[in-house]
Amino acid sequence: MSHPTKASEFLQDAAKAKWHDETLWFVRDKRDNISKTIPEWEELRELASQIKDNVLANLETYLVEFEKNAKANNIHVHWAKNAEEHNQIVLGILQNHQCKAIVKSKSILTEECHLNPFLENNGIEVVDTDLGERIVQFLNQPPSHIVLPAIHLKKRDISELFHEKLQTEKGNEDPTYLTHAARIHLREKFLGAKVAITGVNFGVAETGEFVVCTNEGNADMGVHLADVHIACMGIEKIIPRRKDLGIFLRLLARSATGQPITNYNSHFRSPAPGKEIHIVLVDNGRTEQLGREKFKNSLKCIRCGACMNTCPIYRRSGGYSYGSVVPGPIGSILSPGLDVKKYSTLPFASTLCGSCTDVCPVKINIHEQLYEWRQEITKAQGTNTKSISMKIANGIFAVPFAYKITGAMMRGALKILPDSITYSGLNIWGKQRDLPETPKETFKDWYKKNRK
Amino acid sequence: MFVDILAFNVQANIFQYLNIHKYRIHKMPLNKKIGLFIPCYVDQFYPNVGIATLELLEKLGCQVSYPMGQTCCGQPMANAGYEWDTIGTTKHFLKTFLDYDYIVAPSGSCVLHIKDHAPAIPGMEKEQESLHQKIFELTEFLTDILKVETLHGSFPHRVGFHASCHGHRGLRLGSCSERNEPFYSKGKQLLEQLDGLEWVELTRTDECCGFGGTFAVTEEALSVQMGKDRLEDHLTHGVEILTGGDISCIMHLEGIAKRNQQPLEFMHIAEILNQAIS
Ligand code: SF4
Repeated sequence: MSHPTKASEFLQDAAKAKWHDETLWFVRDKRDNISKTIPEWEELRELASQIKDNVLANLETYLVEFEKNAKANNIHVHWAKNAEEHNQIVLGILQNHQCKAIVKSKSILTEECHLNPFLENNGIEVVDTDLGERIVQFLNQPPSHIVLPAIHLKKRDISELFHEKLQTEKGNEDPTYLTHAARIHLREKFLGAKVAITGVNFGVAETGEFVVCTNEGNADMGVHLADVHIACMGIEKIIPRRKDLGIFLRLLARSATGQPITNYNSHFRSPAPGKEIHIVLVDNGRTEQLGREKFKNSLKCIRCGACMNTCPIYRRSGGYSYGSVVPGPIGSILSPGLDVKKYSTLPFASTLCGSCTDVCPVKINIHEQLYEWRQEITKAQGTNTKSISMKIANGIFAVPFAYKITGAMMRGALKILPDSITYSGLNIWGKQRDLPETPKETFKDWYKKNRK
Repeated sequence: MFVDILAFNVQANIFQYLNIHKYRIHKMPLNKKIGLFIPCYVDQFYPNVGIATLELLEKLGCQVSYPMGQTCCGQPMANAGYEWDTIGTTKHFLKTFLDYDYIVAPSGSCVLHIKDHAPAIPGMEKEQESLHQKIFELTEFLTDILKVETLHGSFPHRVGFHASCHGHRGLRLGSCSERNEPFYSKGKQLLEQLDGLEWVELTRTDECCGFGGTFAVTEEALSVQMGKDRLEDHLTHGVEILTGGDISCIMHLEGIAKRNQQPLEFMHIAEILNQAIS
């Protein structure tokens, strides 16, 4: 289903859509305020951006260095070309340890690889331990936001869900009460899991260590109670030096939620005696994206979610309207690289307002890439403006998405559309908007009379 | 008959001379040739915005002419993904405005397109580069080139300013709320020179209105919702007149407001400035 269709469905519940917009705006506002308390904020963004540029330009070198140092720290390093390989590697480790139940802290990469259903099909119980993730897991839904996975749900929804799943009191919507219930439930799962899976926010090439950031401490809890820690990491998550962390951790927490620091920034360097750490380094299309000159710096993303919170489209259409693992502006430039046909409407789900680019802590030119994807998509579709306007004029609407339009402004722009289209029943512009009155004369006519 | 025309011409010249003196408050580049670029939807639907822009520049002592051969700059096509199909349009634009010292347009969006998205024309790289240096959106031309600092006029209204994204974040006509930078706004800088004008602060100072060219129709539901939200911000702050530098956004907002009978008036910033100082 296309983005416009899902967006208009989302907007049907006007009150909820408004609430969604305002909730995320609140997060953006917090981010704005805290970022303005750092005088060197723009400098930090520039530094982060340059470090990531350097990483992308020397990715191979850093990865090899990372692998070498991680191995020296007694970490097992695995390489996965794609999602399938990643899932097999994880399964293999679990089978080696006869593990039937795991706990997992938030990892967008494992979502991308669809690890949960894969493991479940192989008889393994997977429990997401991030509260928001656990909630959407109960509902059999994917996260709708990369930092706030259950942001599309209201307190009441969660209260009802917990009543059903965790036998909480019916109608009790008190967040503390509900969180407490989730805690008790998760504690049991933590204690039962021999293997814990986490994502990775930053892998440090210089030291072979990696950092996982959570607000709930669930990654640490899982890892410390388990015998085996599997860390799934996209190959672009590398940073060169430990000292670079100072820049990224400051930017990440403030951009994501407006906090000065994430509650738990856990550094993992080598396994405790008798335990194991595995890192699975995953490509899954990243090398290909790196080869696309115009789109490669989308790989600089540190997954803070700020571009979602600021996006006027995302706030009013929700994460599911994108139909991709990563929604929002960054999702709209990453997803077409994976399947240009399937995600062809996403680069058009934007006014190119540029807010995402300005908010991004690593200065990804998101809106420029949206524009560039549009160019790629129309080329792939093999249409041109003339053939399209002719088709519109003929009343044939079997044209690509981007030009399923009528509308007054195109009359001026294309000069081919007859008035009958503009004012026909197919006038989408006029559904909820008046058209400007057609003036007696154009500017050109006026000028001819009055100035020449 | 011939004498009549001559007399008329002399009169017109004197009139123009007086006009220039009445409004000339700065050293204006009178010897510079300014080409007026009127985007196609302004030409077609908002001729008054074109007229206001022209008159305003003339009052400020500029020599302005409107090259008759101009057509659409190609922006709607490029933003819809057909940049490659606008080479002809771009070439035409380039040739039309080749001989001007400055090109001024009452639209941030179209100026941004020419600067950032018009496709490269092989063999005309130099001309294109120079075009990018000399094309300006109206308010930045007034504040940065003409350096207008004291406009004499009054406009006793509560005015809300819609910072259109392409002008705002694209051309940086004002400080952007996402960035840690000192406040500035070229629109405000000009409007505040008028007596009696009350600049109204909004809750979301620079959120998109949802126009977005073809987005307005391809994502109709979202586009309208975004527009409604912008209007609400202006209305709750008691705005009487909503203005901005891009009539396309205003057309969209006005269309929604009219449909819902909301008590707001809409003017392009050129219309306010031109009306106030005449
Ligand atoms: S693209 Fe930038 S703003 Fe968006 S999630 Fe990634 S780092 Fe954050």
